[in-house]
Amino acid sequence: MILLWYILIPAVAAPLAWLVSLSRPQLARWVAVAGTALPLALVTWQWASQAGALRAAFAAHGPGAAGLVQGTWLAHVQATWIAPLGISFFLAADGLTLIMLVLTFAMGLLAVLASWRGIQERVGFFHFMILWTTAALAGVFLSLDLFLFYFFFEMMLIPMYFVIALWGHERRVYAAIKFFIFTQASGLLMLIAILALYFIHGRATGVYTFDFTQLLGTQMPSGTAFLLMLGFFAAFAVKLPAFPLHTWLPDAHTEAPTAGSVILAGVLIKIGAYGMIRFMVPLFPQAVYGFRTVGLVLAVIGIIYGAIMAYAQTDLKRLVAYTSVSHMGFVLLGIFAWNTLALQGVVLQIVCHALSTGALFILVGTLQDRIHTRDMAKMGGLWAVAPRMGGTAMFFALASLGLPGLGNFVAEFLILVGTWQVSKWAAVLGAVGLVFATVYALWMMQRAFQGEETHALRFGDLVPRETGMYAALIAALVVLGFYPQPLIATARQTVTSVQQITAGSPLSPETASAAQTMIVDGATADDGQ
Amino acid sequence: MTTGDLITLLPLIALTVSPVVVMLAAAYYRSHALALALTLVGLAATIVSLFIAATRTSRQVTPLLSFDAYALFYIGLLTVATAAVAILSWSYLQRRHVHPEEYYMLLLTATLGGAVLVASTHFAAFFLGLEILSVSLYALIVYPIYRAQFVEAAVKYLVLAGATSAFLVFGMALVYAQTGTMTVSGLAPLLIAGLGGEDVVVALGVVLLLVGVGFKLAVVPFHMWTPDVYQGAPAPVGAYIATVSKGAVFALLLRYFRPVSLDTGSTLFLVFAAVAIASMVAGNLLALRQDNVKRILAYSSIANLGYLLVAFLATGERAAIAVTFYLVAYFATTLVAFGVVTALSTPERDAESMDDYRGLARTRGWTAAAFTVALFSLAGMPLTMGFIAKFYVVTAGAGAALWALIIVLVLASTVGLYYYTRIVVAMWVRQPDESADAVGAAVGGGSAAVLAALTAFLIVFGVYPAPLIQLIERAVATLP
Repeated sequence: MILLWYILIPAVAAPLAWLVSLSRPQLARWVAVAGTALPLALVTWQWASQAGALRAAFAAHGPGAAGLVQGTWLAHVQATWIAPLGISFFLAADGLTLIMLVLTFAMGLLAVLASWRGIQERVGFFHFMILWTTAALAGVFLSLDLFLFYFFFEMMLIPMYFVIALWGHERRVYAAIKFFIFTQASGLLMLIAILALYFIHGRATGVYTFDFTQLLGTQMPSGTAFLLMLGFFAAFAVKLPAFPLHTWLPDAHTEAPTAGSVILAGVLIKIGAYGMIRFMVPLFPQAVYGFRTVGLVLAVIGIIYGAIMAYAQTDLKRLVAYTSVSHMGFVLLGIFAWNTLALQGVVLQIVCHALSTGALFILVGTLQDRIHTRDMAKMGGLWAVAPRMGGTAMFFALASLGLPGLGNFVAEFLILVGTWQVSKWAAVLGAVGLVFATVYALWMMQRAFQGEETHALRFGDLVPRETGMYAALIAALVVLGFYPQPLIATARQTVTSVQQITAGSPLSPETASAAQTMIVDGATADDGQ
Repeated sequence: MTTGDLITLLPLIALTVSPVVVMLAAAYYRSHALALALTLVGLAATIVSLFIAATRTSRQVTPLLSFDAYALFYIGLLTVATAAVAILSWSYLQRRHVHPEEYYMLLLTATLGGAVLVASTHFAAFFLGLEILSVSLYALIVYPIYRAQFVEAAVKYLVLAGATSAFLVFGMALVYAQTGTMTVSGLAPLLIAGLGGEDVVVALGVVLLLVGVGFKLAVVPFHMWTPDVYQGAPAPVGAYIATVSKGAVFALLLRYFRPVSLDTGSTLFLVFAAVAIASMVAGNLLALRQDNVKRILAYSSIANLGYLLVAFLATGERAAIAVTFYLVAYFATTLVAFGVVTALSTPERDAESMDDYRGLARTRGWTAAAFTVALFSLAGMPLTMGFIAKFYVVTAGAGAALWALIIVLVLASTVGLYYYTRIVVAMWVRQPDESADAVGAAVGGGSAAVLAALTAFLIVFGVYPAPLIQLIERAVATLP
């Protein structure tokens, strides 16, 4: 039942925030803090108390455990919802779910804190939308019924659309509609694929169900499987975003208010990665194998193209947005490499990218609140004016370029090592992306914070509320850089079980013993040192 | 005809007596409030009689009418929709200082026509029902308020509906002349044989029948009248045409084609598929360039009928459930959308321009919220019935492997997002160049209650649709 609370708490806090704002607008902020901090505490508690269970489940079943399929999840809720169609309200959590939930609520809390000064208009409605998004995101990560997953997947579009369209910057309406249409169109393609799967499975077995665990392993002709895989890929590649489908992202991230950018970059685009790991590859391992070359090519293009585009921007926020395209290229690379190292890297990258990019977006937001521009041509020498802000920016820029000692380095390193085993040239080209990342990150620092201070800008440095937020993020990145083991251990069961599901396909040629003993021993992941 | 038959006929009798009562009351004592009250009593009596009729085992009354659960369900739907329209019309008419008592009488007779349509199992009942509905509508469009714009719309509707009836009668005559049958059960084998049969006269007859139905449903290429009539008619009448009139005809179409399993290669299937695709594409594309909210709703309804045809083409029980569920969702959604237009209309003109909705979220927050829910329901977003309805339609299509149609549906409804969100943006987003927010009329208490109830309906059954689906399953199961 605990899983239900993750959705219910923010869902109930949402209308509450709106209601209290009718009399006292500022109170809505505290309701929103409670609505995200409470489930955050809850999920952290569940994580801590079940860390032993996670290890035990892994030890009991060993690398041979099929995880979710065999029902070894940490907690689950299953109830009939729309019986005539075989739709159930099926929530379940394993290690990866817990990580995604922590991320969701942490980013939600951060989004609320980051808007404390910036949002002064329709405060109640704003927090209503943020909490609604949080509830829907929690639902996405918890659903194991494909209809329910699609339901939550679509549900978060409306609040996100409003957040961008109402509180965004200059071209907000354009960006909001573009975001909405891109996501909705690709989501509908996934819906078609889900339905096709539903009927293929139903005809073969007589059981019409959207239950993911039952749909796994459905037999179908390889051509059909490939088309269905493309349906899922379309939805997740738009969300991620992967190279040719990324164009909504720079607009949406740039035009959204800070809170919107944080949730978009921190959680929403991670649904793409999560969906591929949880649903797409396990459902269609053969088809994914057939698509692997294309996937790797798109990933490499995304890495390099995103980095080059980031370098070419004059708008600071747009620059950060393009770095997301580049970083998500690594995620795609890791998923298509589909081995233990790469997948562990993907999970780490999901978390570290959320922390570092979320921080950069908040930083751009605080800067814009103070100097009312995002144009780097109008900045320069800001370090002298606001040294604490400059130092913070430097830290996150270094995290973004993958400095050893920070989480992002471990993540990208693991992904590249994993990719090397599958495709050497993809790993090499991906590594070239790291060089480009150094260029754009340092160039950003140079243009905005270094050099001569010529514009006579005077503004206050970080206030304690902001310093606190950044300190937490910096600490998290450093810890993950030196000791990522807890995170990897939590995701281990999921990583192993999805690989077990695909074990019969050419996608996972490695035997259960060789590469995986590495993680059982915990011998990896100290690479950051 | 036995006493038992009369009991079965009770819903129709209630719907026949009520307009007479309203008319007589208006003749003695003109009172708007009394007319509305009597109308609502009549509609409530109809609903009660549905439950009485449902207790009967033999539901076929003469070869003309069948009061199976399917018919009773649809009569209930039409009756509730009519009640909503009647309440929404109250403040709209009250504001204009007219004598609108006969308006309610016409509303009741039109619903009677719709009720006959959904119960008809015979060409005679089909034609009678359609004429009762159409003739009432001519008058409804122009009667309550004399304005040049309304006269124009009424004349347009009159001419086109008249032509439609002519097509229909001729089609029926041809079918009857060749086959000697006018019943649904007699028609089914002809439809199963498709239009490729050797008998050209029968094929021509069926085509003419479909042209007539196509006009009523306003699917492409018979859609031309819709935007003009929607724009030209008073807003509550627009709501009525969009829901009751189209819904009744679609229910009839479903009944006539229920025994038929269309082969995807047959001519009949191709005709329907072409109409469906053209409606989805044209409806959505033409709506893009509109600035008039009524016209946007008109094109959106053309597109919606296209989606419905996709489910219809899937045939079989799942298709019938999908169509019926979609119609219920479409009724509620359209009534909210038109209800908002009605409620905001001033005595001078209807609130139909996009400018009338600028900043509505600030001036009338709840009304804007209801309209937003309706628009998102039309766009098929979760938490609204529109989502489940569209999901059901796509499921039905996927079950019958109509992939091409489904992909067109998906692409077309993505285009649709753009114009729905335009209205949402107008209501919620502050534009820099805007001097003041638009201020529509105050929303009356009755209208507010109807809008709130319908919006709640959209959300409740959007989250937990199972009870409604079970009800529809039982209703549809009685179709032959």
